[in-house]
Amino acid sequence: MKRIIYLKILVHIVALLPFCWLSWQGYLLMNDQSNELTANPIQFIHHFTGNWAIRFILLGLAITPLRKIFGWNRLIQFRRMIGLYAFFYVTLHLSNFVILDYYFDWAAILKEIIKRPAITFGMVAILLLIPLAITSTKGWIRRLQKNWIKLHKLIYGIGILAVIHNIMMVKADIFMPMIHITLLALLLGYRFAFRERQA
Amino acid sequence: MKINIKKQSDVKSSEITPENIYHNRRKFIQDSIKIGVGAAALGSVALNFPEALASGASDASGKTLNNIIRNNIYPLNEKMTSYEAVTTYNNFYEFGTDKEDPALNAHSLKTRPWTIKIDGHVEKPGDYDIDDFIRPHDLEERIYRMRCVEAWSMVIPWVGIPLADIIKKLKPTSNAKYVVFETLVDKEQMPGQRREVIKWPYVEGLRMDEAMHPLTLMAVGLYGEELPNQNGAPMRLVVPWKYGFKGIKSIVRMRFVEDEPNNSWRRLAPNEYGFFANVNPTVDHPRWSQASERRIGEFRRRETLMFNGYGDEVASLYTGMDLKKYF
Ligand code: HEM
Repeated sequence: MKRIIYLKILVHIVALLPFCWLSWQGYLLMNDQSNELTANPIQFIHHFTGNWAIRFILLGLAITPLRKIFGWNRLIQFRRMIGLYAFFYVTLHLSNFVILDYYFDWAAILKEIIKRPAITFGMVAILLLIPLAITSTKGWIRRLQKNWIKLHKLIYGIGILAVIHNIMMVKADIFMPMIHITLLALLLGYRFAFRERQA
Repeated sequence: MKINIKKQSDVKSSEITPENIYHNRRKFIQDSIKIGVGAAALGSVALNFPEALASGASDASGKTLNNIIRNNIYPLNEKMTSYEAVTTYNNFYEFGTDKEDPALNAHSLKTRPWTIKIDGHVEKPGDYDIDDFIRPHDLEERIYRMRCVEAWSMVIPWVGIPLADIIKKLKPTSNAKYVVFETLVDKEQMPGQRREVIKWPYVEGLRMDEAMHPLTLMAVGLYGEELPNQNGAPMRLVVPWKYGFKGIKSIVRMRFVEDEPNNSWRRLAPNEYGFFANVNPTVDHPRWSQASERRIGEFRRRETLMFNGYGDEVASLYTGMDLKKYF
């Protein structure tokens, strides 16, 4: 029991490292010191937070296959955390868009969300993540019972929307989004194959 | 009046290391920039960079601006983007697709000796050595806005030669309707070319009237010094009313042709990038708006100007053309 708590703290620390690093760099920037945020920090933050969001979504989806393949059943105890960190980085990503990039220019923001399919997909993915984040508590799991599992299957769709958004936002170098798509295909494919075998 | 820009070789080597430039910019600027301005075009007033410009943080002095006003083709009262930003935030996929990559990787490019091949419908074709190619011309300084198709922008003091002067010397024939430019292909010197992100070589082109327009510059320097490799050394195109990707870098070939060439980005995504690529806030990129841009170093977006603010000079090139169709 103790060990699990230590492990959880460790996972929290690791999951927060990218955010801490980003904050540190932001602090350096605000103080006119050399930093890693490039000459266009807002675009850098877009990429940074978007990529970490997608990594946590993929990691969350990897828990079940890893448990099944390697028998690491304990992993399930980290899934909720990882899902919430995905939501955390996605929220930073959207905040960057709304606050730093468009500075609450709601007309322009709405226009982008409606007019650009890539942004629309991203927005739908975020909206779908909200109920998952809200219902991630023990109380909600108890209350929803079987429906909780059904509801949280939304993450498959969210993953698909996220990688589509990712590949559409990239200008020419589709190397990273292709890696994300491949990983997602493997993770979803594993579930599909596994389900078939059980039946 | 002859325009002189000190070559790196004329500057003590202790003054040209990047660290030195970075830490000791003021001294560097004072020592190494002695650009005069062409008497015929601008009046014979020497152009001295104000000290404050060294930090990239301040406006140019009144004296400098006065010269510029007379020319009427330069932006006024716009802060120049810092030397550091101009030389560390680059799209130059030959050295990698991240903005930081070119500054990190471009040291492998050897810019001397460098040969420029001139061919096609032209009376003086041949393989020219870069120095022979540049030497007959006076160098001018031009402070231009640079608007990237990705909706960010800079203000950059280029040093170069009006492309028209170069072309006149080469004497294209009446069959020449377009100029096509090509970037070097060399996987060793340009590690980004090991992956076929774009079909190499990078190709760009201009209609002849665009190429001959007085705003169009063949740049060999910026901030009074030779072009850093990541900015397209030894010679790159600057067309300030068009999106930055028209400004092809590290040019090895200029070909005069009859038919409109297919430029690299259009080849990659014809519905997103056109041949003309004129800055136009009313024609969005399919994936993002072009109505506004972020000036590097500024926080809030600013409105994008038609033809990047050079409409008075260049709009007449496109009269009668549907700019939504020919984007
Ligand atoms: C689950 C939701 C989302 C995920 C996982 C996600 C992930 C990503 C990723 C991985 C990238 C590419 C980063 C790169 O090129 O290196 C990206 C780019 C981007 N995303 Fe998202 N995103 C999401 C939602 C949104 C939303 C809701 C918006 C805006 C309303 C948005 C706006 C953008 C923009 C503007 C870019 C491109 C930045 C640029 O290249 O300049 N994203 N996103």
